[in-house]
Amino acid sequence: MTSFEMVITVAIVVAATLLTRFSAFLIFPPGKKAPEFVQYLGKALPAAVMGMLVVYTFKDTIVLSYPYGIPELIALLVTVGMHLWKRNMFMSIGAGTVVYMILIQAVFNVPK
Amino acid sequence: MNEIKHRSAFSFALPIMIPMGLSFFFLGLGFGLYATSQGLPWWTAPVLASTIFAGSMEFVTIGLLMAGFDPVNAFMLTLFVNGRHFFYGLSALQRYVNMGWKWFPTVAWMCDESFAINVSTKLPDDVDEKWFYFHVSWLNYTFWVVSTFVGGLFGDLLASVDLRGIGFVLPGLFIVIFLEMLFNAKSNNIRGFGAVGAVVALAMLLLTGKSLFMLASMVCMLIVCYIAYKWGGVHLD
Repeated sequence: MTSFEMVITVAIVVAATLLTRFSAFLIFPPGKKAPEFVQYLGKALPAAVMGMLVVYTFKDTIVLSYPYGIPELIALLVTVGMHLWKRNMFMSIGAGTVVYMILIQAVFNVPK
Repeated sequence: MNEIKHRSAFSFALPIMIPMGLSFFFLGLGFGLYATSQGLPWWTAPVLASTIFAGSMEFVTIGLLMAGFDPVNAFMLTLFVNGRHFFYGLSALQRYVNMGWKWFPTVAWMCDESFAINVSTKLPDDVDEKWFYFHVSWLNYTFWVVSTFVGGLFGDLLASVDLRGIGFVLPGLFIVIFLEMLFNAKSNNIRGFGAVGAVVALAMLLLTGKSLFMLASMVCMLIVCYIAYKWGGVHLD
């Protein structure tokens, strides 16, 4: 690829990314009243999409071979447990991450 | 009324953004390191980060740059990888309105993390929500670009430190945001949709594999929502 072709490629990726971000607003302009079902989606989707995003961050978990997703499961339970107990964002994320790092590095010794 | 919104949206947003900044820092370092390890100059990562600003697509773009010139493929692949943004837009239609000049950057920088924070954070009455959305968006943008910059320049220095597992900051963050969303939901119907989203995504991940499951889940979610709306009698007011 020449430098010019690289610039064009990046420009296309940028344009297409902006399209994905703006398209919903272009189809249903702010200001104008969106169809009732679309308004319904606006209330139903945020929680559903967030549930999906949680699954999304675990999509690369190795389940069928060593370490069988065990470190991820333990760290998930620690994070949820900590959050139900203290309801402090920093403590929950911190505890889950520290436990996960110990499991990955020292207990299961998973390579990079 | 604007006069009663005394508290600065920025000072309210900043502490919420700290876990985000940490998560972006380590991901950004990784991306900078990845770009240089592919033989690209150190500034590639910050340039891609500041223009594309969509994490997974930036990794994919490195691959595109290493392969032959194929603009149509680049376009289609981007729509495919970033299709979920359309869903964020649908979810934020009624939220990102009357924002003035702040609207454009807030939508242009609508990444997973900014979307998650903006739709889930319960704002007190004295914080202006439009300013909050904007601050979250530009802070995320800045964190990400700076991190990839550091990663491109100094990533190899940090490669010797054992940071395996630090990436759990991101799932950790999303778990906490999801829990908070369930706690703060206005009704059990909303909580139900949250649960359905997670279950559908898990089912689709098992059925269609990790490259297809987000799009498959979104289509399923639309169908579920339509059924709930049209025939299920599930009201959300």
